[in-house]
Amino acid sequence: MRHVILSIVMWLLANVAYAFEIEDRAVFGDETENAPLRIVSTADISYFKPIIDAFRAFRPNVTIDYTVASSTEVMNAIAQEKQSFDIVISSAMDLQTKLANDGFARKHTPPASQDLPDWAVWNDMVYAFTQEPAGFVISNALFEGLPIPQNRQQLISALRQNPDRFKGRVGTYDIRKSGAGYLFATQDARASDTYWRLTEVMGTLDPTLYCCASEMIDDVVNGELAVAYNVLASYAEKSPHQDKFTIILPSDFSIVMLRTMLIPKTSDNPILAADFLDFVLAQTYPSGVSPLLKTQSLGQAEQSTLYRISMGPGLLVYLDYFKKKNFIAEWENAIVQD
Amino acid sequence: MLLLSAAGIAILLYVVVQSVAEQIAQESQDNILAASAISILDSARVVEGDISIDLPYSSLSMLDSVTDERAFYAIRLNDEFLSGYPDLPRIAAPNDATAFQSTTYLGEDIRMASTWRSFSTLEGQAFLEISVAQTLTGLNQSIARISRISLAIGFGFFLLSMVVAMVIAQTTIRPLHRLTGSVSRRGPSDLRPVAAPVPTEMAPLVTSLNSLMTRLQKSLSRSEDFIAEAAHRVRTPMAIVRTQAEVTLRRVEKEENRQAVREMIRAVDESSRTAGQLLDHAMVSFRTDDLARETIQLDELIVDTVNRLHPISELRDVEIKTHKLMRTKIQGDPILVQNAIQNVLDNAVKYTCADTKITVMLDQSDGTAHIRVQDEGRGFDDTEIDQLLLRFERGKNANGIVGSGLGLTIVDDIMRAHGGHIILSNNAGEGACVTLSFPL
Repeated sequence: MRHVILSIVMWLLANVAYAFEIEDRAVFGDETENAPLRIVSTADISYFKPIIDAFRAFRPNVTIDYTVASSTEVMNAIAQEKQSFDIVISSAMDLQTKLANDGFARKHTPPASQDLPDWAVWNDMVYAFTQEPAGFVISNALFEGLPIPQNRQQLISALRQNPDRFKGRVGTYDIRKSGAGYLFATQDARASDTYWRLTEVMGTLDPTLYCCASEMIDDVVNGELAVAYNVLASYAEKSPHQDKFTIILPSDFSIVMLRTMLIPKTSDNPILAADFLDFVLAQTYPSGVSPLLKTQSLGQAEQSTLYRISMGPGLLVYLDYFKKKNFIAEWENAIVQD
Repeated sequence: MLLLSAAGIAILLYVVVQSVAEQIAQESQDNILAASAISILDSARVVEGDISIDLPYSSLSMLDSVTDERAFYAIRLNDEFLSGYPDLPRIAAPNDATAFQSTTYLGEDIRMASTWRSFSTLEGQAFLEISVAQTLTGLNQSIARISRISLAIGFGFFLLSMVVAMVIAQTTIRPLHRLTGSVSRRGPSDLRPVAAPVPTEMAPLVTSLNSLMTRLQKSLSRSEDFIAEAAHRVRTPMAIVRTQAEVTLRRVEKEENRQAVREMIRAVDESSRTAGQLLDHAMVSFRTDDLARETIQLDELIVDTVNRLHPISELRDVEIKTHKLMRTKIQGDPILVQNAIQNVLDNAVKYTCADTKITVMLDQSDGTAHIRVQDEGRGFDDTEIDQLLLRFERGKNANGIVGSGLGLTIVDDIMRAHGGHIILSNNAGEGACVTLSFPL
């Protein structure tokens, strides 16, 4: 009887119920470990597994509890629910910056040996550990006979000149649903007016709007889409159907997103969290042996065209209620042309 | 004192630089915050009777341009919160176009700027309030840097003023030291005016010192003149008194009276000798002030002097012998040198016993000529050798011998005037030895 009660208690402990919506969860190492390193992340388990394996090779006794959630849910988990995660990883730089700005992050200074570039750290709280450019994913089949556009201007021309071919075959993020899409759109709009012209042209072609990059890539692969705009090259490179599409980092400018991590103040295990953070940074800077850095397109791109999103309070501007409302209204005007 | 005031000024400098710089740093932060708040306010417009605000990207990014700063803002219409951070503190009384406040938010020290403008909306006139705040990382950094700089300035000023003060003190004191040295190196009778170069500030001191010395010189020479005059005047009557006393002595029969007259003659002798010595001394002082430089054949001068003393020495049955007189030439005043030798020989004759001999020798060594006068008398008392050269000092063993106590003083003065010196010592056996050394 006692055993039964004990196992019920154990079961309850193991399945801590989170109020925020999680997409996936995995435990690396001893499942009964009481103090695992709890990571909440926007990145898929498969995407982040290599770095976890590397860390566990270095510290075999550490158990890592990896939870996947969308960027807004990650934000909620920390800011609203005060969940005791040790590491927060997100591709939503604006939300990460807001977490730190609003006092939810713990300050941490990595050892001096890890020479971080200025852009990779904000306020000793938010640390960038990848650089992931967004670009066009072009269907090889549907662009048959046309030159592959190398920048936004050429893409606009191609779309304008072949409305019949591209009608219903262009896709991009629904910025109302996707945090990453909103971030890319706002940074695009900040960098150049071309963004609005491109959005208007796409609006005339009855575009498909997506929540997630993976679905866009799938639709390019299966021939539904001729072009997907603002897709992370790092995602596209992971697709097994590399022969079906071409990844183009626009030669006018490519938005580069930084994947960032921070240690929330609610962490129960800040020392282990700091060790993990230092480990990831050591893998990334300055030489970069991190398994997450294997982005071919970034290496091939012209450095001067890379437009790295800079961390800082500027990112909070697009989270402003009025700003967001105005921007989405303008975007809807351009893209939803009924 | 100097150190203390330099330190005081340095600290004052530090405090002033620090506070001015802090104020400037604070002002520049305030300016950025105000610019941010005003840029948000400028983006506000009324669309269809409603306030719409298009936050410029730079309004918040400018707060973070130099150092990583956390930034907060709040947009309120009248008392209704519109956007930003709802619990950001408010500045109470808007009495200015832009107001600033230092406060804390989310556990951090922040600096906040607020600005206001009135709009007409559907509900009527409304006040739009924009508050922008940022953390103080950059401000604290620049204050720390300024603090280091102003500390360095203060310390540097302190060091510099110390060095300058020391240099000034040295330059001021050096001529004073030179003056002190030149005055203290002087002989007792050197009363010439001070000629050493002195800074203009000290010229009055030197002038008054010189005038004091001139007056002293005058009064000294006046009293010496007086003494010489007095001695001269006393000598002639003394001689008369002595002659009369001797005549009387021959006439007096009674032994006790004869004794009294003899005492009298003795006293007169002593007095006239003293008068003679005083005259000698005055003569020596006069001649040494303006010393003649002639070539003196010293050995010949000694022989001459010994011969002069022959009558006196024979009277006392004392033999004066010259021994190994080396031929020697010196520069000086022959009269003074002879006076010195004569004084020494005179002393030797006086203080030695009958039937003894006095030996005078002359030799040279190390560029110095030495005249040695050795007697076989009672010698000097070791304990008082040093004092014998002083004026009117006489040896304890001089009782019963006529003398003034001026003889050796005169010799000493003469020797000094010639750049030489006198040494009093005792022989290994008996008797005294007086050595006169002249530079060649």
